[in-house]
Amino acid sequence: MNSAGILIIDDEIQIRRLLEITLESHNHRVLSADSAREGLRMAAGHSPDLVILDLGLPDESGHLVLQRLREWYTKPVLILSVQSSEEDIVKALDNGANDYLVKPFRTGELLARVRSALRNAVAGPRKAVVNFNGLQVDLSARTVRKDHEMIRLTATEYSLLALFVRHEGMVLTHQYLLREVWGPGYINQSQYLRVFIAQLRKKIENDPNRPEYIITEPGVGYRFTSTE
Amino acid sequence: MSFSFLQISKARQYLFSLSLVAGVSGICFLLSGLMGYRMVAFILLLTVSLIALLFDIMPVLLSALVSAVIWDFFFIPPRFTFRVGTAEDSFLLLMYFVIALINAVLTYRIRKAEKIAREKEEKANAVKLYNTLLSSLSHELKTPIATIVGASDNLLTGSPKISEANKKELIAGISVASLRLNQQVENLLSMSRLESGFIQPKYDWCDINELVYHVVNRLEQPVGSRQVKISIEDNLPFYRLDYGLMEQVLYNLLYNASVYTPDFSDILIVVKNNNERIFQLAADQPGRSAVSKEINRLIIIIEDSGPGFPEEEIEKVFDKFYRLKNTKPGGTGLGLSIVKGFVEAQQGAVTLENVPHGARFTIDIPAEVSYLNNLKNE
Repeated sequence: MNSAGILIIDDEIQIRRLLEITLESHNHRVLSADSAREGLRMAAGHSPDLVILDLGLPDESGHLVLQRLREWYTKPVLILSVQSSEEDIVKALDNGANDYLVKPFRTGELLARVRSALRNAVAGPRKAVVNFNGLQVDLSARTVRKDHEMIRLTATEYSLLALFVRHEGMVLTHQYLLREVWGPGYINQSQYLRVFIAQLRKKIENDPNRPEYIITEPGVGYRFTSTE
Repeated sequence: MSFSFLQISKARQYLFSLSLVAGVSGICFLLSGLMGYRMVAFILLLTVSLIALLFDIMPVLLSALVSAVIWDFFFIPPRFTFRVGTAEDSFLLLMYFVIALINAVLTYRIRKAEKIAREKEEKANAVKLYNTLLSSLSHELKTPIATIVGASDNLLTGSPKISEANKKELIAGISVASLRLNQQVENLLSMSRLESGFIQPKYDWCDINELVYHVVNRLEQPVGSRQVKISIEDNLPFYRLDYGLMEQVLYNLLYNASVYTPDFSDILIVVKNNNERIFQLAADQPGRSAVSKEINRLIIIIEDSGPGFPEEEIEKVFDKFYRLKNTKPGGTGLGLSIVKGFVEAQQGAVTLENVPHGARFTIDIPAEVSYLNNLKNE
């Protein structure tokens, strides 16, 4: 994850400079575009490892740019959005964006999102056993240990946890989780998700009321984080 | 003087004034054996004057005219003719009409002048209120901006005399000020969303236990040394509510309970379900039997151990921009009005009362419930 090529599409010069300075100081190569058209052109010309896309662009909506990008671009796209627009964010995530950041964001948050997005994009064989701060998930044996103690999970709880682990650090929308774990017929049955998130937290969190692994993203979904 | 009559429609004003004239005339007619026709003139004049107090000028003028005609026809001898017997009576009739008119016009003018004065006063009050709000709001916005401008100028001009420690302090100042500014702008945006009637709750199943802890965890800093005690009823169902709105409601209430109470005091959160179960039967859909919706009431109580609210101000605290007299600076007076707006947007109600040790806010929201979480399945 040392150095990646990152394309920023945002019309605000201050935000672009802020992102450039921050990302360059972490050894990434940064390109930037100030409009949808320019952004799409540069994405096609340079094939970046990651695109950071602002949803509010002057010439075209960010949603349209995302749609056009996703016709051929398979690497991660990170959405920038303003506050109180969960609907916009969910729409973008359901249309192929990998994660989002809400302006104003903290630099630490930005770097964490970029790191997770790049890590999750790496193809190829994954480690079968993953460790997160005392939580050990063995994806091949389908076992979970917490502080070396075996934890018994139901099949659904395990599917949910495995999904989180495979997308560590990234937001997963309610709809996505419901579709992947329960099936396409269940995407509006969010009460199932609430039940199993609560059960899973009781089993894996130190304090289920102060979750450290499964973090709620209000109005959007959940994020699995290993406190680094 | 009652001004409420002014709101009556034109047609009604004519109807009322003419019926009044007719009624009074009728009574006088029945009693005409007991009093002279000149007495009747005074009674009718009094009636017209009363009408002038209540109604617009046109119905009053009409009443004056009609009552003059009635007086002439039914009362001035020879009765039941428009003829007037004596020159004195002709003069009296003329005077009657002129006095009624003057009466009407004068009263109308006085009322008009009063109305203008009242409007002026209302406008002046509105301007005064607006100025107070504007000055408090601009103070709230300008303070962090001043911090940011000042600190960044200092850093930009880069006087070599500024020590590294002071530089760090300036940068920390910028960071705190921008977060504060962000909070204020967010409040203003919420308020304008409410004002525009644009709030459409996005209902989804909410785990209230999770919601409460989520907000409390977010509030760690303002809560500080205060002890938050949480009591949530066992086996609480899921409620169909807007998570984002509920989060903001609880955040604002708990933020207030932290900021305006002494250090080391207690904040109590109680959540319970009021299950006067109401089943709403949705209409039969083709191929599906009736779907029943179960509605319960979610009750959330937030109590602090602070000074409480002055009784005479309790009614006003939910008003937009209202701030308690003698309160500490900081805050725009929007927090509680947002709470009220967001709760009401979800058909609920929020109330405030003083309890012996502090203030108690109670939220009461009817919502569809699901007891799925209480089933042990799988």
